[in-house]
Parts: sequence; structure tokens; C-alpha cells
Amino acid sequence: MGKLFAAVVFVITLISVAIFVMHTWWLPIDISTTGPAVDRQMNDTMIGTGILFLAGQLVLGVFVWGSSSRKSGRKIRIFPGGATPLVTAAIILVGLEILTLTFVGSKAWGAIYLTPPAANSLRVDVQAEQFAFYFRYPGPDGQFGGLHPDKIDDGSGNYFGLDPANDIAARDDIVVGSLVVPVNRPVELTLHSKDVGHSFYVRELRVQQDFVPGLDIPLHFTATQTGKFEIVCTQLCGLGHYNMKAYLEVMPEDQWEQWLKSQAGQ
Amino acid sequence: MRSRYFTALAVAVLLGSGMLVFAKPPAGSGSITGKVTYTGTPPKMKPIDMSKEPSCAKQHATPVLTENVATGPGNALQWVVVYISAGDQGSTAPSQAVRYDQKGCQYLPHVLPMQVDQGLQIYNDDQTSHNIHPLSKINAEWNKSQPPGSPAIDTKYDKPEFIPVKCNIHPWMHGYFIVLNTSHYAVSGEDGSFDIKGLPPGKYTVTAWQEQYPAQSQEVTISGSEAKTANFVFKVLPY
Repeated sequence: MGKLFAAVVFVITLISVAIFVMHTWWLPIDISTTGPAVDRQMNDTMIGTGILFLAGQLVLGVFVWGSSSRKSGRKIRIFPGGATPLVTAAIILVGLEILTLTFVGSKAWGAIYLTPPAANSLRVDVQAEQFAFYFRYPGPDGQFGGLHPDKIDDGSGNYFGLDPANDIAARDDIVVGSLVVPVNRPVELTLHSKDVGHSFYVRELRVQQDFVPGLDIPLHFTATQTGKFEIVCTQLCGLGHYNMKAYLEVMPEDQWEQWLKSQAGQ
Repeated sequence: MRSRYFTALAVAVLLGSGMLVFAKPPAGSGSITGKVTYTGTPPKMKPIDMSKEPSCAKQHATPVLTENVATGPGNALQWVVVYISAGDQGSTAPSQAVRYDQKGCQYLPHVLPMQVDQGLQIYNDDQTSHNIHPLSKINAEWNKSQPPGSPAIDTKYDKPEFIPVKCNIHPWMHGYFIVLNTSHYAVSGEDGSFDIKGLPPGKYTVTAWQEQYPAQSQEVTISGSEAKTANFVFKVLPY
């Protein structure tokens, strides 16, 4: 029975490792300039934790195999010095691994969060609310109108709380339900939430950032491939959370200019 | 002796008919018709992006527009509720319920008038869940989730009120329940016209209500089966 259990442990371990090594369920394509660093970090983490997982499971299997034929009454051997040096060694080993990953990964993190957006970035304002995302472009004048939460009125399409009657800059602001950006141009988002916490997540951009009500949170990325990708809310925000999504459309620059013009016309 | 008998009979008949009048006002044959228009530049209605709800988006060949200031040819103003706000002798609610649909992630009709205590049936015709939330302040407030294929919500309002309606799932969905104390009302159509029928003779205040602009009233007196005209003009602003 013990030997069978050991065999099951070996089989499960090898199949699990094979699934990861063969990239059976792997990350979707990466379409951002900061993505490769994130993927490298993910890869390093997978290799590090994978080796530990493999070693841990194999040792477990070996012990189970060996103990199954053990005659009762044999002396139990313990780790030299007892549990304390064992646990200390484990903490140091795991701690070193995590520290190393953090150190290596700080570069990937810094490229997204600690680097200012490029000066020629396209600025887009994002409003999250139960249960949709809305995106605002400054319009032909290049200026965003001010935000007045008391003016928010979903029924007339004023999701951001603009005041076009008194604020000329707000009159040509373009508000849409999809994030449409030109390829290879840096995009700088400012995330606002109307009600509760939400999250902006595009798998292909390798970017995930929470919305926090009351804060204007900056986030930037550059998409390197055209296509249509899903933006999903990954912070449980209420009844309709499952349904809270929008689309990121990455277009060639000229096509995007046309799109923007057609939106400004409305 | 005989003439006295007839007098008594006549009095009885008169009294009886008087009581009938008291119990149920006669359905008159007077009417008020007219047109609701605007002056000024109306705000541009915005296209609604439903791409996050593909089952709704595909029902619309061109994007649906917001409807808070819906206009038509000839400066017509749509979705204005014209109703008798004073002078109506009151009537019991009709047994026929009014119907409200959630279809293509829109409320149909955008503005739904009904009488106090009249049945209201709310259907979800979509392949997606809706969560209808009428924002009543005088009547009891509620919100109900309606997955696709759910039975209609059967309800009513017991006090007059103008109630904005929203969907807790689709923020662009927007409509109004107009609960009135009268059975004499109409909603202006695409051409801005309305027609209030069945008015008994009397002095009435006719009010026109629009969701974004202040309401307006006019006095109209109906004698016999007159057909009176009352037009309303709303001053609109581009922003």
C-alpha cells in the first residue's frame, strides 16, 4: 500500500511538472513593451518554485517508498540537531529565494510603476463604475474638462461628471465604452472609480491595477500589436462583477486617427 | 294622486342617477390635443456603446442614442408626458396592467405613464440578466434581479410619483415610471403630438412634464364634447 502511494506521488509530480514544462496552459500572447520583463519574472519564479516542488515531492515519495517496508521497532532517525536547525534552514532558503525574485523582479515592476510615462503619451481618462468601464479622450482641443461628481448622470451619458454648460474644455471631450489606442504609442491612463473598488486587467498587456474610489491612479503601457483584447474587472465589485468588462482595441496610427475623428463628430 | 306618483318616481330616478354620477364620473367625450415642441438648440444625444453586452449590441444595427432630450422633425419633442394635474374627478385604476420591456439593453418605452394602483408588468426579453431599480422616494424603493427567461415582475405603485428607473448592471439603461392620479394622460410621440381623450366637461389644469426641463401647465375648460388644443413649447439648451 505504501509503495502504491509513493508511486502515485511520483506520477502526480511528474505529470504536473510536464504540464508546466510543455506550456500546456500558458500565458496568452504578450502585446506590451513591459510584458517580456513580466514574463521573464514569471518564468524565473516558475523555474525556482518548480525545482523546489519537484525536489520536495520526490523526497516525499522516496521516504514513503522507503518507510513502507520498514519493520516496526526500528529506531527513528531524526534530522541532526532536531527541528530547530531544519526550520531555520528552510526559512533561510525560502527567504533567499523570495528576496532574489523580488530583487530581480524590481526591474519589471519599476518599468511599469516607477518610470514616468513618455512625454508623447496619449492621455486617456478611465471611469470605472458598477458595472462598466468608460474612457475619455480630451477631444480636438487636447484639454480634459474638469470632473464634477455631482454632475454624473448615467441616463444622459455623463459618466464622468462633466459640466459642458460652464466648462468649455469639457464640450469636446470624447467619452466611449471601449479603449481604442494606436499601436506602438505610449498610453497614459488615469483611473477613477465612481463607486467601489474595481480593477483594470488586460492579460495581453500584463498589466493589472486596482481602481480606488477617491484616488486618481496613473498607469501606462505601450501596445505593440494590433487587435482586440478584453479588459476585465478583477476586483469583486458587486452583483454584476462577472459582467464588468470592456475592450481594448489597438489600431494602426492612421486608422486610429480616423476613429478619433469619427467620434469627435458625434 | 297619479301626478304625485310620477313626481316621486322622477325624484327617485334623479337621485339614483346623481348617486351614479357620484360613484363613477361619466366618461366624457371632450378631448385635448396638441403638439410639444422646443425652441433653442437641443443637446446632442450620445451613442450608447453596448459592446460589453454582445447579445444586446447585435440587436441594434446602428448604436442606440441616449433619450433624455429626444427630438423629431419640426422641432418636435418626444417623451413628454401631458396629463390632467387638476380638475380631474378621479377614477379607479383600470384592470389592464401596463407593460414595460427590457429589450436590447434598453427600456421600452423610455417613459411609461400609469395610474396609481394600476398593475405594472416588467419583462426581461434579453439573453442577459437585468437588475431593474426604480429610484422611488415616495413609494417603497426596490430593485430586482431578472435573469434571462425569468417570469415578469408584477407590481404597482400606490402613490403618485415621477420615478427614474435604472439598471444596476447596465449603467446606460434609463427610463421613467410616471405614476399619476388621473386616467387622462398621453405621451408625446416622435412628431411631438399628443391626444388626451374621454374628458367630461370641466375646468382642467393640463401639465406637460419632460425629464430634463421644468414642467409647464395650462388651464383648459371643456364644455360638452369639445376638442380643445393645447400646445407646449420647451426652451432647451445645448448643454
